Amino acid sequence: MRSLRVYAVLYLLFLYAPIVLLPIFAFNDSAVISFPLSGATTQWFTGLADEREMTGALRTSILIALISASFATVLGIFAAMAGTRSDFPAKRPILGLIMLPLVLPEVIVATSLLIVIVQVFGLDPGAWSIIVAHVLICTPFSVAILNSAFQNLDPALEEAALDLGESRRGAFRRVTLPLIVPGIVSSFLIAFTISLDEFIIAFFMSGNTTTLPVYIYGLTRFPGKMPLVMALGTLLVAASIILLIAAEAMRRRGLRRAGLKDTGGFL
Amino acid sequence: MTLIQLAGVHKHYGDFHALKGIDLDIRQGEFFSLLGPSGCGKTTLLRVIAGFEGVSEGSVSIDGRDMRGVGANHRPTNMVFQSYAIFPHLSVGENVGFGLRRDPRPREDKAKAVDEALEMVGLSGYGKRAAHALSGGQRQRVALARALILKPKVLLLDEPLSALDKKIREQMQVELIKLQREVGITFILVTHDQEEALVMSDRIAVMFEGEIGQMDDPETLYRRPNSRRVAGFIGMMNFLPATIGQKVSQMKSRPAPPPGPDNRGLLQRLKDIGRVVPPAPKALPEYETGIEVKVAGLGRCIVPPEQIPDRVGQGETIVGIRPETLSILFEGETTQRNIAEAVVDEVVYYGDMTYYDVRVAGVEKPLTISMKNLIGRPVLDVGVRTRVAWDERSLVILGS
Amino acid sequence: MSDEARRGLFLVSPPFLYAILLLAVPVVTIILYSFWTDGYLEVVPDLTLENYTESLTDPLIRQLLVRSVGVAMAVTAATVLLAFPIAYYISFHVRPERKSLWLFLITIPFWTSYLIRVALWKVILGYNGVANSVLDLLGFSQEPVLFFGAVVGQVFEPVTWFNLSIPAIVITLSHAYAPFAILPIFVALEKIDRSLGEASRDLGDGPLMTFWRVTLPLAVPGVVAAVLIVFIPTIGDYVTPAVVGGDKNPMIANFVYISFLKLDNYPQGAALAMLSMLAVTLIALVFLWLNRRWLRVGR
Repeated sequence: MRSLRVYAVLYLLFLYAPIVLLPIFAFNDSAVISFPLSGATTQWFTGLADEREMTGALRTSILIALISASFATVLGIFAAMAGTRSDFPAKRPILGLIMLPLVLPEVIVATSLLIVIVQVFGLDPGAWSIIVAHVLICTPFSVAILNSAFQNLDPALEEAALDLGESRRGAFRRVTLPLIVPGIVSSFLIAFTISLDEFIIAFFMSGNTTTLPVYIYGLTRFPGKMPLVMALGTLLVAASIILLIAAEAMRRRGLRRAGLKDTGGFL
Repeated sequence: MTLIQLAGVHKHYGDFHALKGIDLDIRQGEFFSLLGPSGCGKTTLLRVIAGFEGVSEGSVSIDGRDMRGVGANHRPTNMVFQSYAIFPHLSVGENVGFGLRRDPRPREDKAKAVDEALEMVGLSGYGKRAAHALSGGQRQRVALARALILKPKVLLLDEPLSALDKKIREQMQVELIKLQREVGITFILVTHDQEEALVMSDRIAVMFEGEIGQMDDPETLYRRPNSRRVAGFIGMMNFLPATIGQKVSQMKSRPAPPPGPDNRGLLQRLKDIGRVVPPAPKALPEYETGIEVKVAGLGRCIVPPEQIPDRVGQGETIVGIRPETLSILFEGETTQRNIAEAVVDEVVYYGDMTYYDVRVAGVEKPLTISMKNLIGRPVLDVGVRTRVAWDERSLVILGS
Repeated sequence: MSDEARRGLFLVSPPFLYAILLLAVPVVTIILYSFWTDGYLEVVPDLTLENYTESLTDPLIRQLLVRSVGVAMAVTAATVLLAFPIAYYISFHVRPERKSLWLFLITIPFWTSYLIRVALWKVILGYNGVANSVLDLLGFSQEPVLFFGAVVGQVFEPVTWFNLSIPAIVITLSHAYAPFAILPIFVALEKIDRSLGEASRDLGDGPLMTFWRVTLPLAVPGVVAAVLIVFIPTIGDYVTPAVVGGDKNPMIANFVYISFLKLDNYPQGAALAMLSMLAVTLIALVFLWLNRRWLRVGR
C-alpha cells in the first residue's frame, strides 16, 4: 500500500507544517511573517520578557490550571472509584451527568455559568469562576483516565489488604493509592493542559482576569505583534512536549507497576 | 469442636438467590472443601465467611463469636485469593509482612517472622525480590505465607491451584496437606475440581445452585453419594433404572469374592497418601438376609438393608454403579460375582486403562466399564459379545 | 440498600453534587432564560418564544446560524474523510510495535496551544502571508493569489454569507481536530478481528470488496464517534472565525459573546446557545440512528 504511505506522510506534513514554522519565524529578523527570511535574531524572545502583561497572564493561567487540575483529579478519583468498584441506584444517569461536559460545546458551559453568576447572583466573574468552569470540563477527562487506572487494578488487592487487617481507609492508602499514582499524575497533567489551553470560558468570564490564551488572542489582533506570538508559541510547544513525554512515561510506569503489558496507544 | 457455624445463611443479589439456606459446622483443625460447578455459590459462601459479603439472612459465627457487623479486617480469617492478589508495588518480604503493621512487636521480631513464614513455604531468601517477577507457583506460596503469618483461626483458599500447571498443582496439593497438618489451622478450600477436593479434604460439602447437596468425608462421598447430582459430579457413574422388592432371606450360594481390580485409580491414590484406610475383609455369614433389587440390564441381586437409604422405599428407583466396579470377563476367566451378557459398543484405549462402553439388554444407554490393561489381557473390538461381572455391594441406591 | 450501593453513592456524591450545582442548575437556568423576555435593565420572567423566532427570522442571525452549521458540517466531513485513511494505515499497515509512535506523532500537534495554532494558520493563509510569499518566490503573480480565499476575505467586503474566507476557517479547524477524528476510528479498526478480512477473501471477495463489505461497516462506530467529537466543539468555536475569518464571518459563539457582553441581551444569547446545542443534539441523533441501522445486530 504505497499510496497510503505517501498519503500518511503528506498528512503528517499538514499536521506539522504550522508547528515547524513556529521556531523559523520566532528567530526571523522581520516583523512581517513571510518568506524570504531576513536573518536570525533573538529579539522576539527578549521582547517577550518586557511584556509585563504576558508574564501576568502566564502566572494567572498556571495558577488557574494548577487549582483546576487538582480539583478535577480529586473529583475524578471519587467518580472513577464509585464507577469501577460499586453498583448503586441511578449509576448510569449520575455518571452520565458528570461526563456530560465532554459532549457540550464549551460556549454552553461558559454562558450558562455566566448567567447564573452575573444575572442570578449578581457577582463579578473572574479567576474563581474560570476555575469553577475548568473543573467542570476537566473532570470528565480525569474520570476517563482514572477509570482505566482503576480497571487495571485487581479488586482482590484491596480485599487482600482488608483481609490482612487494614481498614478501608488503610487499604486505600497502602495499596490502591500507590498503584494509581501514575493515573493520578497523568490525569493531573492532562487536566492542567486542557485548562491552560482553554479559551472560550476564560474569554467569556475574563472580567479583569486575563489568561494566557486570552492574552495571545489579543496579540493576534495586532499584526506587528505576530513575531512575539511566534516566540511565545515556540516556548509553549517546547514546554508541552516535555509535559507530554512525562505523562507518557508515567503511564508506562503505571502499567509496569500493575504488572501489565503495554497494549500501546496513547490516551 | 465446632469452629465455624453457619445457620440458615441466605444471600440475595437483587433477584439472584446465590445462597439458599446454608447450614454448616466446620470443626477446629479440619481441612474442609466447598466443591461444586461454577456459579454454585461456593465462592460466595467463602466470601461470606471472610466478611467480604454480608448475609441477607441467617448467621455466621467463628469461634463462638457472632460475626454480624464484623468486617473482613477484624475477622480471625485470612484468605488466599484466586488471583493471589500479590501487591505488585511491594517486595516479597513487604507482601508477607503486610498484615503485621499493627503488630506491637519490635521491627526485628517482625522481620524474623517474615523470614520464618517464607521458610515455611520454601521461599527462604526471596524477601528482597520484586513481587511481579515471581512465577505462578511462587506467588501462591507468597500468598500462603502472607496469610499464615497472622496465625488466623481459619485459612480460606479460593481456587488457589486453578491457575497452576497440572504438575505443579499436584505437587502443591501434597504440600498444602502437609502444611495444614503442620500448622493445625482450619483450612477451607473452594474448588471445582472433584479430584482435588477428594485428595485434600477431611470433609467436603458439594454445592449445587446455592445449596449443599451432600456433606461427607471423601470416601463416603465417593462410595455412597446421596443423589444423582452428587454421584454424577464426583467421578464417573453409570445410572440404571431398578426396582426395589421385598426383604428376603436365602442361603449364601457363593463365598466372598477375592479382592479384584476394583476401586483402582482415584481410591488407590487416596490410599497411597494415607487418606483412606482399606477396610479389613469381613467374614461373611452363611445366610444372607437382604432386600431384593432388580437392576435393568444386569439382573437380580440381594443387597444388605443398610445399603438402602431410609428415604428410598419399595418400587422404582435409580441405581448408580461406578465403571471401575464393573469388569469384563475375558475368555477363560471365571467369577463368583453376578454376570450379565453384553455387546461392546465403543472402545477407548488410555494406555494403562481401557474404557469400554457396552450394551446390555433392556437399557438404552451403554454402560461404561474401566479395565486395567494387565499383561495378557486383550483389548476387545467393537461388536464383540462378552460378559460383564458386577457386585451388588457396589450398587449405589439413589432413589427416583 | 446494600453496603456497596451506599458506599458507591457516598463516593460519587462529590463529583455528582458539583455537576448538579454547576452544570445542571446553570443549564436549566439558561434554558429558562432563552424563553424569557429581555427588559430594559433586567430580564423579565415572561415566557416568550420571541428570542427563537427572532433568531430564525432576522436575516443576519439566520445567516449566522446557517454559516455555523455549514462550517461545522464541512469541517466534520473534511476532518473525518482525511482522517480515515490515516487511521486505516496505522491500524492495518503499521507494524504493531510502531503504532504507539505513530499515534504519538499525531497527537503532538494537538498538545500545542490552540490559540497559537490558529494564529499560525492566519499567518500562513492571510494576505501577505506565508502561502502567498511562497507563491511569490516561486514566480507566480504579484497580485494576491486567490489562495483559499483568505486573501479575498481580507481585501473585499463579503458579498454573501458564503465567502471565500470560509475555506480558511475549514482548513484551520480540520487541522485543529484531526487527532480527535483519527483516534476513535483507529480504536474501532483495531477492534476488528483480522481473521474476518481473511474469511472474506477466502469466500471470494477481493481487497476492495472486503474493505467495503467487512472493514468499513465494522468501523462505523468509530466514524460516528469521530463525527460527534469534531462537530461538537466546532459549532461552538470562537477563535477561528474571529482570527482566521477576519471578523467578517462570525459564527454562533461570536454572536453569543456580543449578545452577552456587549448588547447585554442575555435571553437572545441564551436562545442562540440553545440553538447550537439543538444542532448538536440533532446531528448526534442522526448519527446514532445511522450507527444502529448499520449494525443491525447489537454488539
